[in-house]
Amino acid sequence: MIMTLEEFVIKIAGEFDETPIEEFTPDTEFKALDEWSSLSGLSIISMVDEELDKQVTGADLRSAVTIGDLYDLIQQK
Amino acid sequence: MPERVVENSTCPLLTSVELEKYMQTTGVRRRHCAVPDGSICSSDLCFKSANRLIEELKWNREEIELLVFVSQTQDYKLPATSCLLQERLQLSTNCMAFDISYGCAGFVYGLSVLSSILSTGNIKKALLLVGNTQSFYASPEDKSMSLLLGDAGTAMALSYDLKASEIYFSLHTDGRGKDMLIVPDGGCRNPYNIQSTVMEEFEDGIRRTRLHEKMDGLEVFSFGLKAAPTAYKELEAAYNIMEKEIDYLCLHQANKFLCEKIRKKLQYPEKKVPYNIEEFGNTSGATIPLLLVTKLREQLQSQSLNLVGIGFGVGLSWGAVNFHTDKIIVPELLTL
Repeated sequence: MIMTLEEFVIKIAGEFDETPIEEFTPDTEFKALDEWSSLSGLSIISMVDEELDKQVTGADLRSAVTIGDLYDLIQQK
Repeated sequence: MPERVVENSTCPLLTSVELEKYMQTTGVRRRHCAVPDGSICSSDLCFKSANRLIEELKWNREEIELLVFVSQTQDYKLPATSCLLQERLQLSTNCMAFDISYGCAGFVYGLSVLSSILSTGNIKKALLLVGNTQSFYASPEDKSMSLLLGDAGTAMALSYDLKASEIYFSLHTDGRGKDMLIVPDGGCRNPYNIQSTVMEEFEDGIRRTRLHEKMDGLEVFSFGLKAAPTAYKELEAAYNIMEKEIDYLCLHQANKFLCEKIRKKLQYPEKKVPYNIEEFGNTSGATIPLLLVTKLREQLQSQSLNLVGIGFGVGLSWGAVNFHTDKIIVPELLTL
């Protein structure tokens, strides 16, 4: 399944309940957000599995700094 | 099942808001936990279960020729706990008994080992005991673990039957994930030393010693989300198993959020996928047999059932099993 970076940013934003959507861009350091918790990580792993049928690991989440980094990582899988 | 219950709502590590969110995500509200002072071991829980089962089945103990104890909380480093259980259950010295050191996938693995041995026809009656008292492996200052793990001991009896239906398995191992669920010290690789008891700091405010179980939550979640459906699909493909013919899907009660994702991926309706994680937490290898006793007892006793079990976790290891039961005896849940 193909998803553009813009669509991916929106999907990531959807995994956060409290942070305004305007704060989400490809350069957003998603783990630095106030709302970030380990549960956010689980939600993102689950979302990528559902929407893109790809496996994001804990190592992937740790190495990606921005949403764009995560998107690039997933594209290579 | 230890009588002692620990309510997650009393945990001092999280605020009440965080606690509620945690309990909703994992599904665990309380767990039965043995006090880790040797008063109740996994073997005691399995012994009580097995003893009652043998009595209700009216089995002659002399005829039980195989006992397998699946656990990662054995009584001693040696001898094997299965030897102690042979004696406690007053089984014959003709009985073959051994331990399998396994966790989350332990029931599926254990069942595959027993059913394989029994299928030769040389042994007619066997006991599969799966239990863990691993709640004490969780550091009390580790919010990712301390509210998750529960203790339980289970017993399943198997007998050789020429008319028995097939049991299908899909079993896997990946040792690259060894560090995702591990108790680092106390074995032979990192022998116990004074450093083992030092509390160390980790991300997210977690503190634990090297004698506590470390879980990489993100990796384990990512793994389970992929492994469990994969094992199921292999069974489906190899043995033509269809959801509409399966009565119940028993998932290892790792975490409700994860299990629900697995259920939806496999497109199983809620009514076919029982949960008891709210009451008992993650009891490692015992989760699947515990589901059978606590959620499916009436159905198991009164009907013929077509069941699938999926276990996944420490090792990393994972496996799926499809098996049939026909109005079997299921004693009630016991406590100790």
